[in-house]
Amino acid sequence: MSELTVRPMHAAVMIGRCVRLSRRNIDALLTSLLLPVILMLLFVYLFGGAIETGSAYVTYVVPGVLLLCAGFGAAGTAVSVTTDLTNGMIERLRTMDVGATSILAGHVVASVARNAVSTVLVLGVAVAIGFRPAVAPLRWLAAAGVLLLFLLAVSWLSAAFGLLARTPEAANGYTFLVMFLPYPSSAFVPVETMPSWLRGFAEHQPVTPVIESLRGLLLDTPVGTAPTQAAAWCLGLLALAMLLSALLFPRRVA
Amino acid sequence: MANGPPAVELVDLRKSFGDHVVLDGLTLRVPTGGVHALLGQNGAGKTTTVRILATLTRPDSGTARVAGHDVVRQRRRVRRAISLAGQHAALDDGQTGVENLTMLARLAGLRAPAARARAAALLDRFDLADAAGRRVVTYSGGMRRRLDLAASLVGAPSVIFLDEPTTGLDPRSRQGLWEVIGELAGAGVTVLLTTQYLEEADRLADRIMVLHDGGLVAEGTALDLKRRFGAQRLELTWRDAAGLAAAARRLGDRVTHRDPARLALSVATDGTAPQVRGLLDEVDPDRHGVVRFTVREATLDDVFFTLTGRPASPEREVARV
Repeated sequence: MSELTVRPMHAAVMIGRCVRLSRRNIDALLTSLLLPVILMLLFVYLFGGAIETGSAYVTYVVPGVLLLCAGFGAAGTAVSVTTDLTNGMIERLRTMDVGATSILAGHVVASVARNAVSTVLVLGVAVAIGFRPAVAPLRWLAAAGVLLLFLLAVSWLSAAFGLLARTPEAANGYTFLVMFLPYPSSAFVPVETMPSWLRGFAEHQPVTPVIESLRGLLLDTPVGTAPTQAAAWCLGLLALAMLLSALLFPRRVA
Repeated sequence: MANGPPAVELVDLRKSFGDHVVLDGLTLRVPTGGVHALLGQNGAGKTTTVRILATLTRPDSGTARVAGHDVVRQRRRVRRAISLAGQHAALDDGQTGVENLTMLARLAGLRAPAARARAAALLDRFDLADAAGRRVVTYSGGMRRRLDLAASLVGAPSVIFLDEPTTGLDPRSRQGLWEVIGELAGAGVTVLLTTQYLEEADRLADRIMVLHDGGLVAEGTALDLKRRFGAQRLELTWRDAAGLAAAARRLGDRVTHRDPARLALSVATDGTAPQVRGLLDEVDPDRHGVVRFTVREATLDDVFFTLTGRPASPEREVARV
């Protein structure tokens, strides 16, 4: 299928385009940055005193906020893909023989880059309000790896959803879905405190192992099999997203 | 060029969306070079035809070739030979004019310095050099369409499809765009445009193909079509409806136009005095039914309504002139 072949030049140009557009979309950039910071402040100062996690709440909650920030920002990819579909850009690119994978890769890579930057900024705010990660460079690298993998999976899933949505507004709905997924997980409260039916879900959804990996790796505590589980979830979702978009793209644009 | 394949060749092309038949055995041929118009009302099948030619929609049956390449089996080759400017200018609002064009030129296979040079040359040619560094979101409707046309030239295509290029533009921008489209053809490119504006087809196109209900109903130059379907007509205005009805009965199918609201009907004429006098005597022997007569030059409007005003018959006759 010619739609699925990637030419490095095409992918590189599409990535450059999406990075440039992201950089200029100040509104979206601010939202994806401010929202997690506000939520973090809200959790730490408003709920933090009442939540018992066995450590300073800011220490407990930061990995969750990082992931919330990453997920929310990456979900925005759906809106950019749907916009390209509705304004005729994808049709123009197709008549120029630019393949689906190059087009989507542009959006996904820009999303990963954009959200990597905002994650660093959120982390900076977290440190300013008292988050003290352990000094363990290798574990930091591993944490960055887990987060990047998560970003990649969510971004590509969003791109697939963007191919499904009929309007940018509908695509925007997807960001809320991703936004809420961290709540029934170990992101903000320990899963042990949840009712058993919710706990069953929380323990077996993809966000929890990602959070547990980040938390353990940043605070230098034992992580067990969490990173392996997180990687398996992310790679699985990534494969699913790529398969979905390969199926959806020809349908949507033909 | 003269011996090469035609720019576009459609044979018995069919396409339906669900129960709705859009193209019903469309056969047509566009020779290389010049500006060609696909003229038709909304729903005649113009956009679907262009989308099939631009490899964006697959036909149900029949063949479509562009520059000698089959649009289904040789999609890649077709894409290398064509470009499409659609009904809405597909450009990035967040990029500047020069960034949009440079990006598209690179996608068309140019290296960065060559792409920048091509972008600059095109901006100059389309009178956008002053706005090159501004984001497209600040452009007027006419500027966007010009940039869109410039964008369709980055890959040096041999066939350009313009789908209703001036829809929604104010008259001045439309005028400007017409000049640009005329220049494209001057550069040796074959332009196939769709339009529902008769004036546009008349002004721009060397050849006009009239599409109706998914098939070709006539083709030729604007002048050919006017001669063949319109020529001159004598418009007669009657004192009352009874006179009009009697004249209509007397003339039968020689009536080319009816306008009951104005108590008028038209009949073909060559415009000479003896013929006009003879006609008047024939339809109004008592010399007091007709209150006014006018000899009208045919317009493309006349052609269009002669061709498409009547219900399409199953055995459509294609008039070649």
